[in-house]
Amino acid sequence: MAASDAELDLTPAAHSRAFWALSDIWELTKRSLLHIRQDPDQLVSVTVQPVILVVLLRYMFGGAIDTGGGESYINFLMAGVFIETAALTATSTSTAVAVDLRSGATDRFRSLPMVTSAVPAGQVIADLARSVVGMAVMVGLGLAVGFRPHAGVSGWLGAIGLTLLVTFALSWIAACLGMLGGSVEAVQQFGLVLIIPILFSSAFVPTRTMPGWLRVVADNQPMTHAIDAVRALLLGQPTGGQVQATLLWFCGLTVAAVAMAGYLFRLRTSR
Amino acid sequence: MSETRVSPDGPMISAVGLAKSYGRVAAVRGIDLEVARGRVLALLGPNGAGKTTTVRMLCTLLKPDGGRVLIGGFDVVREPRKVRGVIGPAGQSASVDEKLTGLQNLAMLGRLHRLGRRTAGARARQLVERFGLAEAAARPVRTYSGGMRRKLDLAASLITAAPVLFLDEPTAGLDPVSRTALWEIVGDLVRGGTTVLLTTQYLEEADRLADRVAVIDRGRVVADTTAQQLKSRNGGTGLEIAAATGADFERLRALYPDRVAGGEPAARTVVFRVRDTGADGLRDLHGLLATVLEAGVAIENYTIRRPTLDEAFLQLVGRTTIDSESGES
Repeated sequence: MAASDAELDLTPAAHSRAFWALSDIWELTKRSLLHIRQDPDQLVSVTVQPVILVVLLRYMFGGAIDTGGGESYINFLMAGVFIETAALTATSTSTAVAVDLRSGATDRFRSLPMVTSAVPAGQVIADLARSVVGMAVMVGLGLAVGFRPHAGVSGWLGAIGLTLLVTFALSWIAACLGMLGGSVEAVQQFGLVLIIPILFSSAFVPTRTMPGWLRVVADNQPMTHAIDAVRALLLGQPTGGQVQATLLWFCGLTVAAVAMAGYLFRLRTSR
Repeated sequence: MSETRVSPDGPMISAVGLAKSYGRVAAVRGIDLEVARGRVLALLGPNGAGKTTTVRMLCTLLKPDGGRVLIGGFDVVREPRKVRGVIGPAGQSASVDEKLTGLQNLAMLGRLHRLGRRTAGARARQLVERFGLAEAAARPVRTYSGGMRRKLDLAASLITAAPVLFLDEPTAGLDPVSRTALWEIVGDLVRGGTTVLLTTQYLEEADRLADRVAVIDRGRVVADTTAQQLKSRNGGTGLEIAAATGADFERLRALYPDRVAGGEPAARTVVFRVRDTGADGLRDLHGLLATVLEAGVAIENYTIRRPTLDEAFLQLVGRTTIDSESGES
């Protein structure tokens, strides 16, 4: 046994701190991606609900909703579905973080000479991959039920980029939620925190049909900015400052959530 | 093996005055431990005694409120990264990822331990081979048996051939065959110079693996000695005889009043202390048996009782529990 050990040089490889920090994040991302492959259910949950939503809204309520700008309802709806998918994707981070904290996996990682914040970071980054899959399914479904976007390449890239930024920010918030809950089951309920703002936004109906007070809330919350920006980009309409508002909101939310996640992570693991 | 900062005969694990409280509850109240290179220390203690808290502090997972810990010469509070470079923690269930394969688990941990990409892969293959997991290496860990999981877990803690191993109940819930196999692996590692700190509920495990046994109760070390001494300190070998009737029991007990070491009147049993070494010991036992036979006491059954670590442990922990309870009332 000792002889076989001698064949391999087990001293740490010489790289910079930054190299190893990125390497740690990559290893943990790979781990979360392998989890998705082992558990394709995770993908089902981020696609089934939006699919039902698209079919329900498009065929049941769509006929009764006047979008105003002369666009069909399905064209109007898709941006909201994109952001809804992003939020559903992010909720899986809450569960993953909560499971890791309670199963001892986080402690195992903390006993290694690694950058421990790579643990939640890997889960958040893996969410982006899930989000891409979710978006691809939604685009395919949308096209099948009459979605006819007018976006050029830059419009598409912008819409995808903004959706990923929203996923990223919401995933970090979800990571915080995952560290807050007393149990994995409780954490799963917290996911609603991310979904509810989408119901009170421009996702499914134009905000101008809402009563005044609700319209003020809906028009000025980050989800509406993101949805309006993605919608304008997909439909080739003027974005009217919504892209900037979205960037500002979600970059700010990301910074705050990352800081909060770091604080909560230290708090939860110091016991 | 990773570099440490300890002289060849210096202690690889050293804790002095280690303390930790949760709010008002003192979980660990001044623990001193020392383990020399290549030695095995077993931490024994009832649930809630402070074993896990102690090990978590030694592994850098928990910051002590007081005291000083050096692992491989590195301070756990001031140099946690360096400590993490020389320790391999293993044991309680969840430290390997169920959804990854055995090889993926080991290769990932190798990279997180700062091994080069190729070295990490080669080391993973080497370890699954050594632990007899080669056939299962490409399967997700959730398909593994309990014994295979523990083996993989132990393999995971050996990625960098860490000079200090922390084994937290390494064989809890394993069948006897897997347990013995794991003990053999740990024995080989120790012969190769690895230092081990082990927590266990199985006293047999401590007896088999450990050079020294530290018994922890209520956050303190109540005994730090060898398994052998712990056993002999709490009563030596005894001859237990069950008499057929109450009258026989009384006569039996009166034969050698000064050698009665225990027994239960309700079960009509008497335990005589006997020596268990050398021809003198055997002659002594022979004399005792002859006396009992000549006295014509009716005997139901008899047995030679060797001291077990379990008994020693129960006496030690049971006594401190009773002491402190009577102290409180």
